[in-house]
Amino acid sequence: MSRDTGTDTAGMTFLESTPKKMLNAYLPLGAFLFVLLFPFYWMAITAFKPDNELLSRDGNPFWINSPTLAHVKKLLFDTAYPEWMWNTVVVSVTATFFSLAASVLAAYAIERLRFSGAKQVGLAIFLAYLVPPSILFIPLASVVFQLGLFDTRLALILTYPTFLIPFCTWLLMGYFRSIPFELEECALIDGATRWQILTKIVLPLAVPGLISAGIFAFTLSWNEFIYALTFVSSSEIKTLPVGVVTELVEGDVYHWGSLMAGALFGSLPVAFIYSFFVEYYVSGMTGSVKE
Amino acid sequence: MFDRFQNSRNALGLIFMLPAALLLLLFLTYPLGLGVWLGFTDAKVGRPGEWIGFENYVFIATDSVTQLALFNTLFYTTIASVLKFFLGLWLALLLNRNLRFKSFFRAVILLPYIVPTALSAIAFWWLFDAQFSIISWVLVKLGIIDTYIDFLGSPWNARFSVIAANVWRGVPFVAITLLAGLQTISPSYYEASAIDGATPWQQFRYVTLPLLTPIIAVVMTFSVLFTFTDFQLIYVITRGGPLNATHLMATLSFQRAISGGALGEGAAISIAMVPFLLAAIMFSYFGLQRRVWQQGGGDK
Repeated sequence: MSRDTGTDTAGMTFLESTPKKMLNAYLPLGAFLFVLLFPFYWMAITAFKPDNELLSRDGNPFWINSPTLAHVKKLLFDTAYPEWMWNTVVVSVTATFFSLAASVLAAYAIERLRFSGAKQVGLAIFLAYLVPPSILFIPLASVVFQLGLFDTRLALILTYPTFLIPFCTWLLMGYFRSIPFELEECALIDGATRWQILTKIVLPLAVPGLISAGIFAFTLSWNEFIYALTFVSSSEIKTLPVGVVTELVEGDVYHWGSLMAGALFGSLPVAFIYSFFVEYYVSGMTGSVKE
Repeated sequence: MFDRFQNSRNALGLIFMLPAALLLLLFLTYPLGLGVWLGFTDAKVGRPGEWIGFENYVFIATDSVTQLALFNTLFYTTIASVLKFFLGLWLALLLNRNLRFKSFFRAVILLPYIVPTALSAIAFWWLFDAQFSIISWVLVKLGIIDTYIDFLGSPWNARFSVIAANVWRGVPFVAITLLAGLQTISPSYYEASAIDGATPWQQFRYVTLPLLTPIIAVVMTFSVLFTFTDFQLIYVITRGGPLNATHLMATLSFQRAISGGALGEGAAISIAMVPFLLAAIMFSYFGLQRRVWQQGGGDK
């Protein structure tokens, strides 16, 4: 994680002259940025544009002449949007918390306790990480139904860990591996129990890993769609992405203003949290594809 | 006694594994088996099915919609993965240069990847609107086209439109993970090859690419896996239309099993994805990985 700071790995590109650098680097980079960010700009501008400006082909569509809060007001007071937001927060936070707790124990057991069969269990965790939700959701729906959890928040809190635990465990295993054995051996000689070693030595050293896994797990649960779409049907239990997609689209007339406002405000919380933890997020992402 | 137990690796390992193992066994392993079983039954929503052997599989093999969905999925995965790879690699190489505001660029570029896909898909739906698309508006104003493009109305337009949305979302992931790989390559290789007179292209071909291959293999394996099983983008933007032209295996299995109630048939469709998925993983993983040991690298 720390190796991407400090050293310059760009090779000999510093020899390039400024105009050439503009052409080779900033121009394509600018094009990438424009394409990658334009949908967000469009989302934001649509959210505050009055309907008559939205539906007219004249004038400059890239700007708003008379900004309005009508779409936001509709979202807040005429739909269950605040409830969807609350459900998403509750489900994401609890699922992340429980998955992280279970993953810390599992990763420590696999990586450090090395019980017999730990290697195979580690491999099984990695394979579990590769199982895509779109293969799992049909039988999982019938399990959820059998357990009487259909249409409850608990259904989501219990099923999200199926992709969160493998991911977090895999990531934390990598972090625990980087903590020297000697520290634990010293503690063992001093009479510490395994539990004390875990809570007093390993966990404090693995805080960056815990933050990475937590942030990543939180965004994964916030963005989850297929389980939330399948296991929940009442409006007041829906999560934000599902609510916006299924309930804000009414008939043939699309209310683009409120749809975009819904999309914008549903994206802002994750973008906000992400902005504080960019480095942790990136290290979580790159860590997840490393051996 | 208690102290001994506290330090016994196996007993303690078992207890530590318990929460994760229970959850995964109940909500991952069991449903996976149940899915295979359901594929062999005629289960409907609210009615347990009876064993009907390979009937579901025989049906979906001859069903023209499923065949179309399979074609769509393969097409979508191939085109989107290739585009994501080349654009992602290009973006990674750009970000690896000495630029001002490098960390700002890197942070901002990941935005499409971190926001909820279902919500950004709605934005794309609006961008692709037949009447009010801003893309058509610009092209008309520039005089390139006369009439608004019907992005989602005709089969091929719709296919390429959803691929564009998928590439938009996937490029940041590929770029940032490949960038992490690029940053592990020591600059002395570039200095040495420059002294030997290597051109930038030769440096890329004979230094960057071989050293980056292992991480490319892993990143593209993940990319293929998630593209092949994609659901959200299609569900939000086209719902599989027009005329099932953008139905993927995942969206079709949802339509048959959840909307249509035919759990057994839907399960058979999702299980039918597994062999293709394994083949795709094998292809991208071993196909790219092979070069490592060919060049004398050890097994990973």
